[in-house]
Amino acid sequence: MTPRLGLAAALGFLILAVFLALSVGRFPLSPLELGRAVWAAVTGTPSGLPPATSAVLFQVRGPRVLAALLVGAGLATAGTAFQGLFRNPLVSPDLLGASSGAALGAVVGILFGLPILGIEALSFAGGLGAVAVVYAIGGALRGGDAVLTLVLTGIVVGSLLGAGIGLAKYLADPYNQLPAITFWLLGSLAGIGVGDLLPLALAVLVGIALLLTLRWRMNAMSLPDEEARALGVPTGALRAAIVVGASLVTAASVAAAGIVGWVGLVVPHLARLLVGPSFPRLLPTAALLGGGFLLLIDTLARTVAPVEVPLGILTAIVGTPFFIALLARTRGGWS
Amino acid sequence: MVVTVAAACEGAVLEARGLVVGYRGRRVAGEIDFALVPGRALALLGPNGGGKTTLLRTLIGLLPPLAGEIRLEGGPLADLTVGARARRIAYVPQAGGQAFGFSVRETVLMGRLAHQRALAGPGPADVAAAEAALARLGIAHLAERPVTGISGGERQLALIARALAQAPRLIVLDEPTASLDFGNQGRVLAEMRALTRAGLAVLFTTHDPNQALRHADEVAMLASGRLIARGPSAATITRPRLQHLYGCDVEEVVGDGRHAFLPGSATRP
Repeated sequence: MTPRLGLAAALGFLILAVFLALSVGRFPLSPLELGRAVWAAVTGTPSGLPPATSAVLFQVRGPRVLAALLVGAGLATAGTAFQGLFRNPLVSPDLLGASSGAALGAVVGILFGLPILGIEALSFAGGLGAVAVVYAIGGALRGGDAVLTLVLTGIVVGSLLGAGIGLAKYLADPYNQLPAITFWLLGSLAGIGVGDLLPLALAVLVGIALLLTLRWRMNAMSLPDEEARALGVPTGALRAAIVVGASLVTAASVAAAGIVGWVGLVVPHLARLLVGPSFPRLLPTAALLGGGFLLLIDTLARTVAPVEVPLGILTAIVGTPFFIALLARTRGGWS
Repeated sequence: MVVTVAAACEGAVLEARGLVVGYRGRRVAGEIDFALVPGRALALLGPNGGGKTTLLRTLIGLLPPLAGEIRLEGGPLADLTVGARARRIAYVPQAGGQAFGFSVRETVLMGRLAHQRALAGPGPADVAAAEAALARLGIAHLAERPVTGISGGERQLALIARALAQAPRLIVLDEPTASLDFGNQGRVLAEMRALTRAGLAVLFTTHDPNQALRHADEVAMLASGRLIARGPSAATITRPRLQHLYGCDVEEVVGDGRHAFLPGSATRP
């Protein structure tokens, strides 16, 4: 498939996913109703539909669809950037502790009985704080390979944060707090309201925009550091900028939706299959695919069973066989 | 046998004076003086661990010198930004470290990054420069192929095309024929030689003194932490010097008005 066609395919997939997600659910909407409601909202004329229809569309389903698109696009873009930066196909956006830091922040917030906005703020701060600590330690340990040092520091700090989460679960009240913590750690968009959208959109869009701005330099950033510098690329500054963009997206995603695994790992590979490895085209494709992918998963999550299925469980069920198939196809190399 | 020519060459692209190189204060090699001039190739010879790579990394500005100075087109190398340096010196690493299968064209286009504004993509001039470099090295037909899916020799030519697209004054090649088969060694070295005819200064490292004899105007020999000899290739590469440099027996083969060297001796002593 040519790259141009691949990008168009990703966009088509996203649009289909949006229509599907808006239509299905406990209160199904036909394509005609959907069209009339949207047309009415755009033009400001009465739609003639029952008020419940537009309430479902604009108060319930709409915000959730937007949140899924933002989180999916963000995690996929961040994962793509990180796989290039760290030259490793098994890297996902939580490599430097953004997810575990954000999860610890949220868990501590639940433990102290903070209101939902407080939990989200603490989570966002925790994610960015964890990455800042990893980056500072990695920078202080300067020696040999800057990228490898950063990765190892991320793994070590991540496991420490994991221990913190474990402690919080151990201390939590098992009847109210523990289920809330577990639900958070498995990821869900069920609780997303109109009010959560603005901060999420702000952080995710700024992060994605930053990463997209750097896309012309990312091919070179995936080369060994010395080779990139010899090409005239200021690698230190660019690495920091990529880490900031990816962490902003990841921390905001976890703060809004809990930990949603696999998207940032699997979608970059899928996008690379579609349009090849060159970042100027790969990054936007990954963003579109990631948005569509998570939206489909979230639609499954709220329709497949009488109760909401956590996102993390569905992404793992879909992601594992997919990733194994990908490994078999590429024999462990880069797709 | 210390040869430290005061290299005050007029019109030198790059000049090293009293250079001492090393990592984090640990000296690897010193007493290094030489100049690289347009249209000429200098081969750097020396055993493994003799400091060739350290010297190369210092000369292209990736490692600060411990002492002495490096002047690029008359000014201190250290004063230049990463971008300004890349517009004057191009570096061809050993082929084989490619993680992603970027196409040959995308790879060559990376050579134009130093000529683009900070966040911009390639413009028509950059695309034209990349195409010209591809054509010049005779690999235009490979433009769409991934660099991970072509032969080692073709990959090395793609990296040289990338260096050429950088429009530098000096091209530095780190063992350009390492892990290439016999035929590709000849091809890559011939293309490297053609760069000097276009007025570029060339510096390359090699493990084969015969490559230095055949493809370099000058040679510098680096052993036990210093330059033990430097001068025109034919006069400088001698049997006793090679034996001293590599610490092994060397056989000289003469014929047809030319000579070549073989490592070791044909029969066991």
